[in-house]
Amino acid sequence: MLSRTAENLYWLARYVERAEYLARTIDATLRVTALPAAYIGKTNEWDSALLTAGVAASFYQAYEEANEHNVVEYLSFSANNPSSIRNCIEAARLNSRSVRTALTSEMWDTINSAWIELQAVWSKGTSTREDLAKFLRFVQETSLRFDGSAYRTMLRNDAYWFSRMGVHLERADNTARILDVKYHVLLPEEEHVGGPLDFYQWSSILRSVSALTAYHWVYRETLKPWLIADLLILNDTLPRSLASCYGNLVRNLDQIGVAYGRQGPAQRHARGIRNRLEHSNMNDIFQHGVHEFIQEFIADNSRLGEIITKQYLI
Amino acid sequence: MAVAFDEMNIPGGDLRPAYQELARWLKETPPEALEYRRQEAELLFRRIGITFAVYGDSESTERLIPFDVIPRIMSGKEWALLEKGLKQRVRALNLFLRDIYHGRDILRAEIVPDDLIFQNPVFRPEMNGQQVPHDVYVHIAGIDIVRVDAEDFIVLEDNARTPSGVSYMLENREIMMRLFPDLFARHRVAPVERYPDELLAALRSVAPQSASGEPTVALLTPGVYNSAYYEHSFLADKLGIELVEGRDLIVKNNEVFMRTTEGVKRVDVIYRRVDDDFLDPLTFRPDSVLGVPGLMSAYAAGNITLANAVGTGIADDKAIYSYMPDIVKFYLGEEPILKNVPTWRCREPKDLAYVLDNLGELVVKEVHGSGGYGMLIGPAATKATIEAFREKLKREPEGFIAQPTLALSTCPTCTASGLAPRHVDLRPFVLTGSKSTTIVPGGLTRVALKEGSLVVNSSQGGGTKDTWILDE
Repeated sequence: MLSRTAENLYWLARYVERAEYLARTIDATLRVTALPAAYIGKTNEWDSALLTAGVAASFYQAYEEANEHNVVEYLSFSANNPSSIRNCIEAARLNSRSVRTALTSEMWDTINSAWIELQAVWSKGTSTREDLAKFLRFVQETSLRFDGSAYRTMLRNDAYWFSRMGVHLERADNTARILDVKYHVLLPEEEHVGGPLDFYQWSSILRSVSALTAYHWVYRETLKPWLIADLLILNDTLPRSLASCYGNLVRNLDQIGVAYGRQGPAQRHARGIRNRLEHSNMNDIFQHGVHEFIQEFIADNSRLGEIITKQYLI
Repeated sequence: MAVAFDEMNIPGGDLRPAYQELARWLKETPPEALEYRRQEAELLFRRIGITFAVYGDSESTERLIPFDVIPRIMSGKEWALLEKGLKQRVRALNLFLRDIYHGRDILRAEIVPDDLIFQNPVFRPEMNGQQVPHDVYVHIAGIDIVRVDAEDFIVLEDNARTPSGVSYMLENREIMMRLFPDLFARHRVAPVERYPDELLAALRSVAPQSASGEPTVALLTPGVYNSAYYEHSFLADKLGIELVEGRDLIVKNNEVFMRTTEGVKRVDVIYRRVDDDFLDPLTFRPDSVLGVPGLMSAYAAGNITLANAVGTGIADDKAIYSYMPDIVKFYLGEEPILKNVPTWRCREPKDLAYVLDNLGELVVKEVHGSGGYGMLIGPAATKATIEAFREKLKREPEGFIAQPTLALSTCPTCTASGLAPRHVDLRPFVLTGSKSTTIVPGGLTRVALKEGSLVVNSSQGGGTKDTWILDE
């Protein structure tokens, strides 16, 4: 397939995934900030939302204060924020238009309808909490529909694999960023002295990666920070864990390698990251420092993005 | 202006045979049902994303072309005549182009004046003496046809560069079949759906000699911001070929390749929807970012077929248009089956004098204009517009031609106040491969939705209709 087509499919999937992640982040933040101050302490949750979205620096160039109004506006609707939800959907639609021939009609319909709704219903943003909740649900449903229609209707060939790679690379990045911002509440068992304060932080982390219920199913325990870290980093049964994303990335890259009869640096790099995740346990990671571990992972993950681009997309 | 030819009703109250069943159906169908399906059609168009862009319109960059659900119907007999005429016309266009870029017999015979060719900005000296694969220049032609009476078909304009609109022909039919299955059941409508297959076969047939047994065809688009982008992606999809942009192609050793995820792959035929000027920055406009550097040298080396060929603009130029009947006679020795609109060439003093005296009755067109822009429709214009145009005409008479205001035929059309006649034209698409010329029965009917308006261009408020050729 054309390199440009592969590139568009890959980015299209990333934009949709990112939009959903932003919607979940806002949703989770709204829940935490709705609690009385005594439950969440003095941290500014809207500030953490900006940090997990990776846009804190550009936000403060435009706004003084990270409050609900400003952050929701910036993350959801701002034209000046290149990765606001609005811009993600716009970019996804533009990418879809330029690769229409590689999309199934169901995928196109999902993106095109979302774009039409964005303009028809959400062009002025949201004014009430109820509106905002509707908007966030709309974004999450768009992503689910997009994913579902890709899964159900695409041929299993390179177009599908490049699109899936976009999803998993973006997802890994998002999960890692939450961990990066919240690592200070994820302490190992022996060091931990937490109160109700941290409990809400933890549940907020899980909520933003839609893993709150999953946690209970996997561990059958009350929320424990080291188990949360284990779930998000190493548990490959959770679709948003780093391990699961890398299992998928390695698989997709292998499928492409087989189809093209050639492996390359992207395959090797992805396997390297997956092997490291497979051979780690939470004790080592805590010893090494969660923060350092995550920082390395984010760098490695974005390096994989560059290698894929160089090997296939240009 | 004469009373327009009504394609459905015969003066005196009778119906033309092709429309009888439709008329019956319309009588049986309550207006609300029609309105409901009209809305449904619009919804479908928007969902599928069948849009076009209007240049210079910053408000909404993507618009729908209004679709009128009442089909335009022609009998098989009428179509047979039109088809014959179209094939003749396109054969002549191809022979004319081959001659202009080679022996120039027609200039020596003084049928077409030299300066109309050599001083024409769309003439491409780069094509002089250049062999194009299979001598086909115009692989895809869109010939705009109008009717003023029951007998004749008149060519309003030849489009021999990158004619668009065929996706609407195909999508209009799809949507009509979805919305009006009952109406189809009552007619035998000739299908149009084989157009993509015929187009692909025509394109493959003209592959250069150096191509492999299974030539690779690609569609070259200027990109998503082009007004016809939807059509480009639609056609690439239907043909099962890659939709490429200039940056996807590279030229190495005078061969053209596309960049793929598995390395580069040779391309043999390019169905290009990029204008000549932008094709190759090394040969034409150096500022073009839409083109492919070196494409013209690969073309000269005979390693790539461009469809349509470079330089075909000289055949659909409005100044050349007036010579078309003579061109048909010169190359084919036949009487032209399709008529021309009588045309005054403002470059000729006698014609100019007549045109200046009769501006109020005439349509004056820019020789190089298209899309209905830069045109004066005398009977519809204000005095001030006419006077302003008069000055333009005097300053540069060679830039214009004039024609009588034609009473374009009308078809019943949905309007705010019920069905009413509206003016229409027709653009059939003529495909020429190495061995044959084919036309799917039908074309794009464009309709001027405003009462009395003669401008059918989508950029100026025109709509489209499905075109039915009855298979008798």
